[in-house]
Amino acid sequence: MTDLTASSVPVTDVVPTRSRFPIHIAVFLAPALVIYSVFSIYPLIDTIRLSLYAGDETGARSFVGFQNFHTLLTDPNWSGQFWNALRNNLIFFAIHMVVQNGIGLGLAMLLSLPRLTGGSVYRTLIFLPTMLSVVIIGFIWQLMLNPLWGIAPSLLKAVGLGSLFGPWLGQESTALLTVSLISVWQFVGIPMMLIYAALLNIPDDLLDAATVDGAGPFSVFWFVRLPLILPTLGVVSILTFVANFNAFDLIYAIKGALAGPNFSTDILGTFFYRTFFGFQLQVGSPTMGAAVATAMLVIILIGVLIYLFGVQRRLQRHTF
Amino acid sequence: MKTLHSKAFRRRAGQLLATASVVAAALAFANAASAQTLTIESWRNDDADVWNTKIIPAFNKKHPNIKVQFKADPPTEYNAALNARLAGGTAGDLITCRPFDASLDLFKKGNLASVNDVKGIENFSDVAKSAWSTDDGKTTFCMPMASVIHGFVYNKEIFDELKLTPPKTVAEFHAVLDKIKADGKYTPIAMGTADQWEAATMGFQNIGVNYWKGEEGRKALVEGKQKFTDKPYVDAFKELASWAPYMGDGYKAQKYPDTQNLFTLGRAAIYPAGSWDVPIFRKQADFEFDAFAPPVVNAGDKCYISDHTDIAIGINAKSQNMEAAKAFLSWVASPEFAEIYANELPGFFPLSKAKVDVKDPVAAKFVGWRGTCESSIRNSYQILSRGTPNLENELWNVSAQVMNGTMKPEEAAKKAEDGLASWYEPHKK
Repeated sequence: MTDLTASSVPVTDVVPTRSRFPIHIAVFLAPALVIYSVFSIYPLIDTIRLSLYAGDETGARSFVGFQNFHTLLTDPNWSGQFWNALRNNLIFFAIHMVVQNGIGLGLAMLLSLPRLTGGSVYRTLIFLPTMLSVVIIGFIWQLMLNPLWGIAPSLLKAVGLGSLFGPWLGQESTALLTVSLISVWQFVGIPMMLIYAALLNIPDDLLDAATVDGAGPFSVFWFVRLPLILPTLGVVSILTFVANFNAFDLIYAIKGALAGPNFSTDILGTFFYRTFFGFQLQVGSPTMGAAVATAMLVIILIGVLIYLFGVQRRLQRHTF
Repeated sequence: MKTLHSKAFRRRAGQLLATASVVAAALAFANAASAQTLTIESWRNDDADVWNTKIIPAFNKKHPNIKVQFKADPPTEYNAALNARLAGGTAGDLITCRPFDASLDLFKKGNLASVNDVKGIENFSDVAKSAWSTDDGKTTFCMPMASVIHGFVYNKEIFDELKLTPPKTVAEFHAVLDKIKADGKYTPIAMGTADQWEAATMGFQNIGVNYWKGEEGRKALVEGKQKFTDKPYVDAFKELASWAPYMGDGYKAQKYPDTQNLFTLGRAAIYPAGSWDVPIFRKQADFEFDAFAPPVVNAGDKCYISDHTDIAIGINAKSQNMEAAKAFLSWVASPEFAEIYANELPGFFPLSKAKVDVKDPVAAKFVGWRGTCESSIRNSYQILSRGTPNLENELWNVSAQVMNGTMKPEEAAKKAEDGLASWYEPHKK
């Protein structure tokens, strides 16, 4: 009986529907593709196009080839600022890689301790700043570090270390480090969460087996857990890299677009802002700004490519 | 039953929508027919109240059928936002003009209309118009509104307590500072370098005019007859550097609002000021304060003040309401506007030739210096900030560095001059 019904379905009915062009796939892809093209790919290509033009004082634009990039990289007035911004950006990134991701990893390890009480409270508290507005973060930290009425100088004085306090946000030698650490404080929750999730994924039997084989806590971390979360650390690094080289808001909120003192906190984002929108008496140049934006794109692209081909391909993914 | 109900509902909703759109269209048409709503683009969001409750009602008494809307952006975002709206064709009819190149740029791009034929423009001197005229002075594209004057505001109670008199010369100024410092209770100078512009504007431009002799030096600089490495400019930087020991703890991280608070809380004696601070202090300070002009180098020297043309108003060249906009500009040029503006916003001084009675005593003192000293504008504003590196940005940077002690006055002067010489012909020699 069942055999009969099964064989009664004509095979020829099924085949033609399979061989036709799969329209439904196009339909399902269309919304994402259209939105992505209109809001992401088109602006990107148009920015690159705009960077090949120069405007005159009447606003008319003419094609100049790679002139803008030539100016950006060889004219000392431009290249000085550009390399300075790039160097500061690299320092900004390095601080995030070492401090933010280091602390993130440490916190994730602590959170994944088996007998930790109140873990979810810590998790929420540490993640909270990530969700606050950058303007609020900038304002709060400026108040805390304020040499006139901030809490930092009074706290240090209370424990007898008043002489250690300095106007950290205003000194050339410390401003970039201070701003970076504020940013680290805000975003440390993100690597912590990602690494924490990866740590939870490691099956307990692996850790137990290592312990039975005589591995101490340090060996378990170094030889079992770390290799297993390496792919996540890679993702965290690339996220940090892209976010840092696109950073702008915190520096703008704290130091303004001139990123003082003496451009010591100037990164590519603030440099781009000044170039594109202008600043005080400096008239903005959309074409030169587009050139800076394209340069930023290239820098980020190079970084991502190094990661993709140099790092990610060597990483082994373990599935359980 | 259910389907019937939903059908009826849908029909009714359709009718409602149709009616609504007809009404909306009719309203829009009616609006277009009267065509008399002017929108003002401005960065003075602090003054929105004064515009809405004082200035616009006064204008409407004369022109009841022109509606005016005041729309302001935060000062730091104004230029970028305005440019975006002009490019998109959504900018308002009236545009508040920044002085010099920012507005000249808009005029050259065809965004601002000429105001040469607007009635009332004859009420302004050439100096007043210079900030909003083409380089040859033939076309003016904004109606001048107000200037701001630099000087020093001091806490009268502290001065009385320490038995000090407002200084007239640089030597007296330093004597006063030393006495305040020796007393130890108050910060002698309220100023910070974190925002950088304070150092350049309230510092360098404020006292500098006495060193380079106002317009004389400014014009010589534009013509290339003087350089930043010349004595007057280096001396101005030296004087700035000498202020550092008198400023508050951690002035390097002190921002403009901190500076204002330091003074209005009565913790600092002297505040290098812009006249726009007067209305703010009037509201916040509960002690008596007064002002003195930038000290001169030697007793009996002629005094100069930075009387900077700061704000004007022009017409969007693509405005649909050109006639109404011109009517508004003519009114802005009238003594009536000058009177309201000067007294509602003490610290912004009208530029028209009409005699205006400023009622706030401290603001009146600022404007009174126009009679005893020579006026000049900030030397980086006309022509000199056109190239890269931008001179104004450079002055912010080096003035802050001189006060921070990370740069010597001579190095600051050299950096400003080198930057200028890299693109400006008259300085290349």
